[in-house]
Amino acid sequence: MSIDLSQFYEVFIDESYEGLEIMESELLHLEPGDVDSEIINTIFRAAHSIKGGSGTFGFMAIADFTHVVETLLDQIRNGERELESLHIDLLLKSIDCLRGMLNAIQNDEPQESEEAESLRQQFQTILDGSTQKASQMEEKVVDSATVEQIEPGSVDSIWQIHFAPLPHLFRTGNEPLFIFEDLAALGDVTITAELDSIPGLSELHPEDSYLSWLIGLDTKADESAIKEVFEWVEDDATISYKLIAQIDDLNQLNAEDYEQDPEPLDSNSNVEPMVASAQAEKSSKSEISVKTMTKSKLTDGASAKVDSSSIRVGTDKVDSLINMVGELVITQAMLNELGEAEEFNQEKLLALREGLAQLSHNTRDLQESVMRIRMLPINFVFSRFPRLVRDISQKLDKKVEIKMLGEQTELDKTVMEKLSDPMVHLVRNSLDHGLEPPEERIAAGKNEIGTVTLNAYHQGGNIIIEIIDDGRGLNTSKIRDKAVTNGLIHADDELSDSEINELIFQPGFSTADEVSDLSGRGVGMDVVKRNINALNGTVDVDSSPGKGSTFTIRLPLTLAILDGQLVTLGSNVYIIPLVSIVESLQIEMNKVNSVGGGLDVLRLRDEYIPILRLYELFNHHDAQKKLDNGLLVVVESDNEKVGLLVDDLLAQQQFVIKSLEANYKKVDGISGATILGDGSVSLIVDISGLIQLAGLKKAGRQGLDFNKPLSEAV
Amino acid sequence: MTSQESQQLNLVEEPSSEQAECVQYLTFMMAEEEYGIEILAVQEIRGWEPMTVIPNSPAFVKGVLNLRGTVVPVVDLRLRFQLSTVDYSEVTVVVIVKVCIEEAEKIMGIVVDAVSDVYNLDKGVVTRAPDVGETTNKPFIEGLIQVSDKMVVLLDLEKILDF
Repeated sequence: MSIDLSQFYEVFIDESYEGLEIMESELLHLEPGDVDSEIINTIFRAAHSIKGGSGTFGFMAIADFTHVVETLLDQIRNGERELESLHIDLLLKSIDCLRGMLNAIQNDEPQESEEAESLRQQFQTILDGSTQKASQMEEKVVDSATVEQIEPGSVDSIWQIHFAPLPHLFRTGNEPLFIFEDLAALGDVTITAELDSIPGLSELHPEDSYLSWLIGLDTKADESAIKEVFEWVEDDATISYKLIAQIDDLNQLNAEDYEQDPEPLDSNSNVEPMVASAQAEKSSKSEISVKTMTKSKLTDGASAKVDSSSIRVGTDKVDSLINMVGELVITQAMLNELGEAEEFNQEKLLALREGLAQLSHNTRDLQESVMRIRMLPINFVFSRFPRLVRDISQKLDKKVEIKMLGEQTELDKTVMEKLSDPMVHLVRNSLDHGLEPPEERIAAGKNEIGTVTLNAYHQGGNIIIEIIDDGRGLNTSKIRDKAVTNGLIHADDELSDSEINELIFQPGFSTADEVSDLSGRGVGMDVVKRNINALNGTVDVDSSPGKGSTFTIRLPLTLAILDGQLVTLGSNVYIIPLVSIVESLQIEMNKVNSVGGGLDVLRLRDEYIPILRLYELFNHHDAQKKLDNGLLVVVESDNEKVGLLVDDLLAQQQFVIKSLEANYKKVDGISGATILGDGSVSLIVDISGLIQLAGLKKAGRQGLDFNKPLSEAV
Repeated sequence: MTSQESQQLNLVEEPSSEQAECVQYLTFMMAEEEYGIEILAVQEIRGWEPMTVIPNSPAFVKGVLNLRGTVVPVVDLRLRFQLSTVDYSEVTVVVIVKVCIEEAEKIMGIVVDAVSDVYNLDKGVVTRAPDVGETTNKPFIEGLIQVSDKMVVLLDLEKILDF
């Protein structure tokens, strides 16, 4: 039987990552000394599946590593050991380590690492400590009947196992070969198949199992370890275990009935040759497994480079999709019938209109359903924060509680992936700069445990994510001083508190007096802002001294669809994202001032809006060039407003965003392309790119640099 | 016949194994010259149609077109080779090709005067372009090949479309 297992690697790795996530989040619920068996069981099950899977696929490094983890968990589960905080730390570290190993599989690198080895030894030390304890306990209650409890590791036991699976074994997905391989890992093994119960060919059902096996096992492992091998098939087979002999360290036989056949076994079977041949059997077996491993490695090499990602979709979403497609087919049949009619009359026209309306309805539903498939609950990002907060608060010696709200709020998967890093940064900042140490909090009359709240909710077509801390808030005077020193603002500039707070998003800005390894290098908030802007989103800060600060991230639900305004420039049609449009107006020449350098500004209420001539930036000479009575679309990006001169405004509609970079390259001032209703391509204007293209400098405050001399002039 | 066998035969016979290195080329006309590209790179051939201009792009990039939902940039090969331009007519075609640029597979179109023929050519008899100094177009040329009494210029698409 040769199945190319490498095709399942992806699934195994996905599942393992999921398992690790479960382990991690459950571990964070555990407190030292607290043995909630349900939680421990959940962690244990996750670890066990990872071990099982990795063993099956031949990732022995992972299997071995998980084994020690699992052993420790097992002991805690059985109450043999108190849960200590050391254990939780170690288990969390081992989760990181396992992640690294899984990553190594994906990159086709060796999975063994020094870190894993040192962790393994730490586990082993703990475990060895316990076995001594356990055996001491056992010595007191030792009883000649409880031979299986004899301390493992020092005594060689010879077991005889009769394994008779029920006929439906294969249908439950079990494979005796894997069981035998696991047994071979425990010690020397001899396996004899019993063929007696195989029926004649005419009665034989090809999917049933008729075999049973007699297994001789020479092992240092204890009975529970052997039983564990059969754990998956316990309910699908009759299994009997019999301890035949024990050889202790001095090689003395504690033979019970070594020479005798103890059971009504196969008369040919004799334990002694079994033991003798066990070595040979085992070595040939391991050779086979080595071969399969190298083979899978080779095939792996070929497919590993393919960077595929998958998502799990709830069946309800797929079902609704199938329903939609069903309706679509019905509508199509109806329209088809109309098209085939011999003559066309008023009645048919009405039916046609109705059909088209239905079609557009179906299309929209289908579009929404397909989009929903990409939507995942934001929990996927949130779930990593309890761990992060735990680690950082330990490092900083602060007491922090994390609260998460709206974890089920759904968000596009691609947005989610890009959201993770900025959020980590913001949370880290809140912990490091925002929250005070316990003493300071008590002095300020607050609860010594600081709170960081992550809140997500939908608002219109956007998702809002808030990161709220109840710390000391932003220190506006310090930010101001820093901004003046860095030359971002003038010492005599008048700025409101919120304008000052916005300054932290400027490049190279950090008020931390010392650079810690957590934050304070000044490469932070501007990167956060840039990343979020790249997702068509915004980030704002709101802070009140002594009470805490709130960072608000606002993101579109999906990157694939955009609401836009069609505008024309001569013969060219462009799309301006609707989110960035503030208003559109007709230019009144008496409100236009020229500030030199070919730049005009428009006085709009109490602001001066620089006018960007889009035809100039995009080199379209067939466009309308006069400002008088021209149309100006006022757009906002990064808190800067500019007016774009266009020829005409067309419709507003939704567009499916297509990548221009996929086949071409990045174009300044253009964020992507889309296909219009007539099949032609139209380009989407990138406002912040456009402002850069126009060479307008960013200032440390709202408005632009030239705003100031102008306001003096007017 | 495998290539190994043919090599062995060649030791005793005249070197005449055409099957071994035979590659199909699509040729097209441009300014009275015939140019060839490997046919496996060709996705499809379309008539010229007006397309959406990309702002601030090099002059030889004519714009982007919609290829069944994919946005495909189109390069005018005459402009790329700094040849004189002609008005597009009904025989002007856009050859859609798939090329690998900087390890990414890209789909692009090239505008040529007209498509000409498909030849089975033996890669072994391709001669290198004569070394007459560094002209701007030289890097684009993979080699020259004689087909009956004509000469065909084989192009290196990857270099042409990497700009």
